[in-house]
Amino acid sequence: MVALQTQTKTEILVRVENLRMLYPVATGVFARARSFIHAVDDISFDINRGEIFGLIGESGCGKTTTGKLLVRLITPTSGHIYMRVAQDPSTDSQGEQFVDIATLEGRALKAFRRNVQMIFQDPYESLNPRMTIFDIVSEPLSIHGIGSIYEREERVAELLSLVGLTPPESFLFRYPHELSGGQRQRVAIARAMILNPSFIVADEPTSMLDVSIRTGVMNLMLDLREEFGISYLYITHDLAVARYMCDRIAVMYLGKIVELGPTEEVIQNPLHPYTRALISAVPIPDPTVERQPIEIKGGVSKPIDPPPRCRFYERCPIATERCAHSDHPPLEDKGNGHFAACYEI
Amino acid sequence: MTTSTSYPVLQVEHLTMHYTTRKGVVKAVEDVSFSLNKGEALGLVGESGCGKTSVALTILRLLPENAQFLGGHVYFFRDGSDEAHVRRALGKPVKILLNGREHQGRLLEVNRAQLVLETQLNGRSQQIKLGRSDITHLGVDLTALSDEEMRPIRWKGISMIFQAAMNSLNPVYKVGDQLIEAIQTHMPLSLPEARERVAQLFQLVGLDRQLMDRYPHEYSGGMKQRAVIAMALACDPDIIIADEPTTALDVIVQDKILREMRQIQKKLNMSMIYISHDIAVIAEVADRVGVMYAGSLVEFGPSEPIFKSPIHPYTKALMSAFPSIKGEKVKLTALPGEPPDLIKPPSGCRFHPRCPYATEICEREVPQFIEHKPNQYAACWNPLT
Ligand SMILES: Nc1ncnc2c1ncn2[C@@H]1O[C@H](COP(=O)(O)OP(=O)(O)OP(=O)(O)O)[C@@H](O)[C@H]1O
Ligand SMILES: Nc1ncnc2c1ncn2[C@@H]1O[C@H](COP(=O)(O)OP(=O)(O)O)[C@@H](O)[C@H]1O
Ligand code: SF4
Ligand code: SF4
Ligand SMILES: [Mg+2]
Ligand SMILES: [Mg+2]
Repeated sequence: MVALQTQTKTEILVRVENLRMLYPVATGVFARARSFIHAVDDISFDINRGEIFGLIGESGCGKTTTGKLLVRLITPTSGHIYMRVAQDPSTDSQGEQFVDIATLEGRALKAFRRNVQMIFQDPYESLNPRMTIFDIVSEPLSIHGIGSIYEREERVAELLSLVGLTPPESFLFRYPHELSGGQRQRVAIARAMILNPSFIVADEPTSMLDVSIRTGVMNLMLDLREEFGISYLYITHDLAVARYMCDRIAVMYLGKIVELGPTEEVIQNPLHPYTRALISAVPIPDPTVERQPIEIKGGVSKPIDPPPRCRFYERCPIATERCAHSDHPPLEDKGNGHFAACYEI
Repeated sequence: MTTSTSYPVLQVEHLTMHYTTRKGVVKAVEDVSFSLNKGEALGLVGESGCGKTSVALTILRLLPENAQFLGGHVYFFRDGSDEAHVRRALGKPVKILLNGREHQGRLLEVNRAQLVLETQLNGRSQQIKLGRSDITHLGVDLTALSDEEMRPIRWKGISMIFQAAMNSLNPVYKVGDQLIEAIQTHMPLSLPEARERVAQLFQLVGLDRQLMDRYPHEYSGGMKQRAVIAMALACDPDIIIADEPTTALDVIVQDKILREMRQIQKKLNMSMIYISHDIAVIAEVADRVGVMYAGSLVEFGPSEPIFKSPIHPYTKALMSAFPSIKGEKVKLTALPGEPPDLIKPPSGCRFHPRCPYATEICEREVPQFIEHKPNQYAACWNPLT
């Protein structure tokens, strides 16, 4: 446990410190030393209560791994994840404690999981095809032994209405394959919401959905935040979606956070050369806008045993001699809560 | 854009195609009409399952066995001096552009000096003779060609980059060899010639020629997509149909490839149909845009008015549901409901159950696809102004 300043306005709900997740890789039969993919490599950030914190970046940069770490589907190689959790199911927010959940095991881990939920990208794969909607949504209640069957049914119906699956009776005993992609993602949201979590990790929750349905799901998630003050870690590769959904965003590149700040500030005034290139490449749904793309060399590689210097060095258009010989730059405040990890800003 | 110097390379008229399935008939393409001009980039946009790919497959006649072609015409135009093209049109429905006028009918006879066309006038059939040297462009209806006659059209006339094609590269053959084989099937080239052609194509799409001797697994997603684009360019086609060519790629790679495709298209003065569900991508590449909903083309016109002042309520809904990183941040409006099942699409206008502007007639009658503003077509009873 750590003591943290609690302010009335912004209360920190999640604090991530020096989090790392290394995956061993076989580099060949005769490889003597083992190699590691640095999927998440020493990242730190806070998420406030009621905040939607976005994690953006190209595929393979470590977004999903970070999300899984925060709900403890996987155990980090090192680092801390402090989270405000209700120690006793019966206590309200007064009874919360700030706990490092990074290394929880067994019963403590199970108890912690009541506080957090994850929504996955693919609504076709994340729901068990042999379970009814009622079983899927109520499963967290049965896992934690909460409520009678009657109470569970009532609660599930309530949640289905909340996520716009109305009338709930017509959905309760259907199977996932009978629902559309948008409806399935609403089921996943209902399931994630049923234990009144304070924190939800949403991993690309709308990227498989079509535009006309996607907006409804995004607006639903915004409404749920308004109504229940839930915080989200919102993972997306789509900057326009991040702008719409998130209060603050962190940009990841090869396991590192290279830039972090208020969403509008990062998107309109990016500091890091990678963020600049990324944002300049986003297509604009307006045929009269001419973009000026910033060219960067090469493509994204896998972070297998990366050299200690800046992860972006090989592709960076403004790299200097100093970057070649220094460690990866620290994430520094460049003013107004806008952080960047680069020597040349 | 339609200018005096531009002319059609493809005219699609009233295309209709359904799939027969165990659950019923999927009405995937319903009365779709549009045209594509020389050197133009046309964007076909719509949500998953609305029939974009099906339109492309119907044009190319690459339909699966359960597909039923139910009608419509696909006029494919080439220069009137192209002898092979004129030969293949013999006996077929054609459109002929002559001194800026269009003649339509069946091509009865071809000789050195003139073409004889059977046309309908006031319900009576008549023959007209057209001087060959006056004919600028001749369009043949592809729906009337045999499979044999269709084959040379597919690579040299219209070539297609299939959705997710980059995943269909054969993992056990070198990428260069796969292209060489494809080229040799369609062009009479020796192995060294074909190899040289592939090397040129690699250069054109920004791939190092050394990569020809590498296997697909040694390629990144972007590199594979470039190889697939090179393959589509192999026989110098008049038209390329690119079905979601960058959908699986990260944004930086997507942007590079889209820009390169546009450059190549301009350089070769090719005509292109870009199919995408992403209206931001369409806004960037397309000169004209067609919007599809539930098997129908609901709006078609120059890109700017389609985005800025759409006529069809679905187009408008699509635009206001799409977030952007530019401009003011606005609350997006979600459409109620979901796209319909094409086995039992709604009566009348297929959009009526979700349309905020629907009136009583919308449920009863299918609105006609007509020109509401100059060059801007839509199918709607209550067009937006
Ligand atoms: N071979 C087939 N047999 C039966 N139905 C099919 C077949 N191919 C497509 N369909 C159906 O036809 C409709 C149109 O499909 P199509 O693939 O043309 O859509 P699309 O607009 O290209 O979608 P996407 O954006 O997902 O690629 C859909 O309802 C689809 O399920
Ligand atoms: N279970 C795993 N075993 C080995 N490598 C993994 C595993 N999960 C992810 N990785 C690797 O870690 C990196 C980050 O992956 P991921 O977190 O899924 O990225 P993103 O969600 O941003 O696309 C990638 O290089 C990926 O291949
Ligand atoms: S630290 Fe150097 S190499 Fe890294 S992003 Fe900044 S300028 Fe580029
Ligand atoms: S025809 Fe009617 S239902 Fe269809 S788009 Fe127009 S107003 Fe809406
Ligand atoms: Mg991921
Ligand atoms: Mg398709």
